[in-house]
Amino acid sequence: MKAAVVLLVALHAAILLAGVLAPYPYDEQHRDYPYAPPSHIHFAGLRPYVEDAATGRRDAVRFFVHGRLLGVDSPGVLFLCGTDGLGRDIFSRLLYGGQVSLLTGLLATAVSLLAGLVLGASAGFFGGWTDRVLMRSGELTMAVPWLYLLLAVRAFLPLHIGTGEAFLLLIAIIGGIGWVRPARLVRGVALSGREQPFVLAARGFGASNFYLLRRHVAPQAWGVLLTQATVLIPQYVLAEVALSFLGLGIGEPVPSWGNMLTEARQYYVVVQHPWLLAPGLAVIPFLLGYLRVADGLLERQ
Amino acid sequence: MKYIGGRILHSLFLLFGVSLLCFLLADLAPGDYYSELRLDPTISADAVAAMRARAGLNRPFVVRYGAWAAAALRGDFGYSLAYGAPAGPIVRERIRATLLLTGTATLVAWLLAVPWGVWSADRRGTWGDAASRAILALLLAIPDLLLAIVLLVWAVESGALPAGGMVSRDFAATGTAGKLLDVARHLALPAGVLVLGMLPVLARHVRASVGEALDSEFAASARANGIPHRRLLFRHVLPAALNPLISLFGLSLGTLLSASLLVEVVMGWPGLGPLFLDAIMARDFTIVLAVVMLSTLFLIAGNLAADLLLYRADPRIRVRS
Repeated sequence: MKAAVVLLVALHAAILLAGVLAPYPYDEQHRDYPYAPPSHIHFAGLRPYVEDAATGRRDAVRFFVHGRLLGVDSPGVLFLCGTDGLGRDIFSRLLYGGQVSLLTGLLATAVSLLAGLVLGASAGFFGGWTDRVLMRSGELTMAVPWLYLLLAVRAFLPLHIGTGEAFLLLIAIIGGIGWVRPARLVRGVALSGREQPFVLAARGFGASNFYLLRRHVAPQAWGVLLTQATVLIPQYVLAEVALSFLGLGIGEPVPSWGNMLTEARQYYVVVQHPWLLAPGLAVIPFLLGYLRVADGLLERQ
Repeated sequence: MKYIGGRILHSLFLLFGVSLLCFLLADLAPGDYYSELRLDPTISADAVAAMRARAGLNRPFVVRYGAWAAAALRGDFGYSLAYGAPAGPIVRERIRATLLLTGTATLVAWLLAVPWGVWSADRRGTWGDAASRAILALLLAIPDLLLAIVLLVWAVESGALPAGGMVSRDFAATGTAGKLLDVARHLALPAGVLVLGMLPVLARHVRASVGEALDSEFAASARANGIPHRRLLFRHVLPAALNPLISLFGLSLGTLLSASLLVEVVMGWPGLGPLFLDAIMARDFTIVLAVVMLSTLFLIAGNLAADLLLYRADPRIRVRS
């Protein structure tokens, strides 16, 4: 569990520092190098260099140039994970694309949890009609298969929109659909919390409903929500990947792990250039880390 | 009986609610098939308006919903404008392909997951269990999408299995046995991806619930009474661990139509997935609604089946109701 947390922190930090770690901007095209394979890094003593395949010219890999961690001087190129069809550096795009995919997952999770907290706490705390209406609409939401609901809601919204709008739209849809599970869990906490002596005592002293919800119910729901977050974040990152892969999410030229994989959809291209699968592989350590943390948290409860 | 009747009524209520909400959403959606037509310079705005009126889109909401619901109950789900035909038969044809794929995969996944989970739960704390958990976690962390593409690439490179599609080009010319073999060979890859995706989820659940039952006092006392280990596992512990597994099985049944969308799209399997996606792109809401309603129907029916099975399997539920 500790190792998983360290791994996650390191991965998130790397993604956060994309602007420093990535050798190139995400949209810089090297038209002379379409589908270039990953650069081999050779060493002359301790000095790393890359060799140009065509000319045999050696370019030293230099650190801290132009405000970036590493790079080579201009005629030379450094593609750690190869390039795509437009000659864009996949390693750089992985880092920048990770920002988009992860941020979508994180913000959508925040939306889900916030909605779940508010709705679930009201349902459990007030009971009666509020509870019935909220739980029934939750059942309706859960009655449609998740991915199909996601796609259907996406289908009913405009298809051709800008990247920024698409980003916000994805967060709203993915997060908005997922309110039910956290709401049910929080409702359970609120139901049992409502009858606890210290809550009754506070009520006896004239505390308002809002105060009780804020000071007594919400803190108890914290653990439940944290566990839910570790379950939801990877699921939502995958949702972004799936939607962008299908052409319903983030569009070019802004990279996301999903729309980068779109190029790998033509399998005959992948046969020749397997490094196009890098964004799919990049997801795996994230999922493993979150899975391990979620398991650990669930065991502890 | 009251319990069963209640569950069925509840399912019908859910189905009605979802249909109403989906129809409302589709109705509120900006743009439809006709607005995409308007982009075509050869069709005038008046012609589009006339086509709208002819399709009955000017009637009030309740009337349109009623007409659509009646059509859905008849099984044709209204008229698909992109295909120029009733949506029902188009969708039904795709459903058969999807069910063939997901049915096979679900069956295989369960047949593997139950022994795996029981084996793993029985050896908790040993290196064997630790290894199996690590494998399952890794499988769980590999996205279906990636797995599908990798297996497809492997099929292309090795030539061992056909890459994509459901039948070969000379399908019509082959005999019955040849046809079966051909479909089976095409089925292997997408079904394999689905099995690898479902297996870790199922096996982890089996392990958890069997492990819980193994820890209970009745298992300890059965062991103390000298009941053979295998008999203890499969006759005493597994039935006691059944309830969560029945719910999970219901979910498996319920997602038969919806579990394979990405795999179908990547591997070119002619199921509901590609149809749904094409319909979204063409803004053909008739097909979108039909697919959503049918997959919802399956999910609700799967949950209902789980409730009924639980009623059969667990006397406590029977007594309570």
